[in-house]
Amino acid sequence: MTEPTTPLDVRASVVVDPMAIAVPLDLAAAEGMELKTRSQWSYARRRFLRHRLAMIGLVGLIIIFGAGALATWVSPYSFDQIDLTYVLHSPTTVGHHIFGTDEIGRDSLSRIIYGIRTSEQVGLTVAVVSTLFGLIVGAIAGYYRGWLDNVIMRITDLILTLPLLVVLLTVAALLGRSSSVWTIVFIIAAFYWTGVARIVRGVFLSLREKEYVEAAKAVGAGDLRIMFRHILPNTLGPVVVTATLAVADAIILESFLSFLGFGIADPTPSLGKLVAEGQQFPQKWWITVIPGLVLVLIVICVNFVGDGLRDALDPQQRRVRA
Amino acid sequence: MLTYIARRILYSIPVLLATSFLSFTFIAKSSDPLANLRANPRDNNPTVLHHLAHVYHLDQSLPVRYWYWLQDVFVHKLGVSLLTSQPIWPDISVAIEHTLQIILLAQVIALVLGVAVGIYSAIRQYSPFDYAMTSVSFLGYAMPTFWLALILQILFVDIYLKWHVRVFYTSGLNSGVTSSTWSIDRLQHIALPVVTLTVVSFALYSRYMRATMLDVINSDYVRTARAKGLPERLVIFRHVVRNALIPIVTVSALQFGALLGGAIVTESIFQLNGMGYFFITRLQTNDVYSVMAYVMIVAITVIIFNLLADILYGYLDPRIRYD
Repeated sequence: MTEPTTPLDVRASVVVDPMAIAVPLDLAAAEGMELKTRSQWSYARRRFLRHRLAMIGLVGLIIIFGAGALATWVSPYSFDQIDLTYVLHSPTTVGHHIFGTDEIGRDSLSRIIYGIRTSEQVGLTVAVVSTLFGLIVGAIAGYYRGWLDNVIMRITDLILTLPLLVVLLTVAALLGRSSSVWTIVFIIAAFYWTGVARIVRGVFLSLREKEYVEAAKAVGAGDLRIMFRHILPNTLGPVVVTATLAVADAIILESFLSFLGFGIADPTPSLGKLVAEGQQFPQKWWITVIPGLVLVLIVICVNFVGDGLRDALDPQQRRVRA
Repeated sequence: MLTYIARRILYSIPVLLATSFLSFTFIAKSSDPLANLRANPRDNNPTVLHHLAHVYHLDQSLPVRYWYWLQDVFVHKLGVSLLTSQPIWPDISVAIEHTLQIILLAQVIALVLGVAVGIYSAIRQYSPFDYAMTSVSFLGYAMPTFWLALILQILFVDIYLKWHVRVFYTSGLNSGVTSSTWSIDRLQHIALPVVTLTVVSFALYSRYMRATMLDVINSDYVRTARAKGLPERLVIFRHVVRNALIPIVTVSALQFGALLGGAIVTESIFQLNGMGYFFITRLQTNDVYSVMAYVMIVAITVIIFNLLADILYGYLDPRIRYD
């Protein structure tokens, strides 16, 4: 007589994941309940959605970035519209200048919303471009090692000898003062990708020695297949976290460049530039304080989301923010 | 150990040469030191320009110019600014002195506060104090330095205008013409820049200290120490804190580079004649060799502190071996 095993049991034993939230499988099986199989990713998604701070950050980001993306519709004025009856006016409900106006009567709220749009463009593009590039280069360097690995590591060594801000300032200053958003994106991404490459390379270096890679090789899988089908999915945790935090880094770097006068050229508003404009008017606090506060909020929200993603995607790792 | 240090120093020489050559090529290619003369119709004399280009080797190929620059760095203490024809070293050495004073003060304060808060937060994990400090460091971490600096400036300008009390000055290094390194007057001037730089490092150190403390507290030997009946104070300070301090040493050495970056913004806001101020003003006027001088000094500083971090780590943690 054969042992009566229900298909449910088989499935349940596949699902058990020590890291996942404990689901009382035996109990469910005993009661004959239908069990849903969950993939690693769906567990990660559940962990992320239950992370309170990450959700707060996500909602905050959606509101802030949403306003920026819809700037043309959301902002009460255009960023360069001048209202000479209100020059350097403190925040007021009259005329909807709820964040006040600047020295030539432009509405601060509108300029901040357009500034968010700039930050958003810089942050997201730098994150995507430098992550993709760093991912490809890091994967090749970590998998094949050899001369490419050497070259990349030496390049990152060179870049690391200087604070990133110094490098970016020098390059931005010498490439001309009238930079467009995309010039700044290019400059930041050109130096930022090395960080991602280093992380991916590290993971590839350790994973390429694993048994499952050996097994894949034994059944005749090609290099590309092993790299992208077998190893890459295992690097996505740290990579997604790095990419998220890159958004905040890029936004902050851009604001530093713009603040010091080597960033995006006028008339495009940028949060860093808005803060800098307040420098001439220490008595008019709102010009300085509010755009800076928006920057802080963006960075905090991104950090919350990044922390949540890290907890969800790679629970073993407890990173200390550096 | 000694061979390790020697090898690291030897390795950093080609790194420095490569960094300097790349920056030199980039800076020299993308800016024209004689642009100001060319723009001015009075000075735009082909013979004079030709002569100047010859004297400063601007008509030579890049590697040759680099070679002349390298000689200048060693023989003539970083050479002469092409823009002002003044030697660079006197200016930059004064700037280094001022920046060092600010950065060192900020480092010491941030370390003492960060370590103390980190220890207490870890001992009283999830207490109101811990939550408060976590929020503070999250905020300190997200705040751009320039924003914090400007807010402090606004605040103290306001205090002065309202009550006519000078608590801290908001720009410059000294009130009078004389510059005194350690006086009440100087401290009143550098207090705000120091606070600005302290906040960022404090956030990092307190988080780091808390995390390593928690790691160590949960280790086996701490349980043993408690099990054999040591008083809690002794367990924490003799066993936990001493080991938790090791990573902080490395982090604080590496933080030096970040502080030099932060000094750029802080010094230009408070108009302190430090390295960052030197860099920004020279960058704005396209003063090629002065920018190069700054870049080299920062690179050397970062490399030295990276080396120091590694050496100290090995010294404090005998499990680390160098080979």
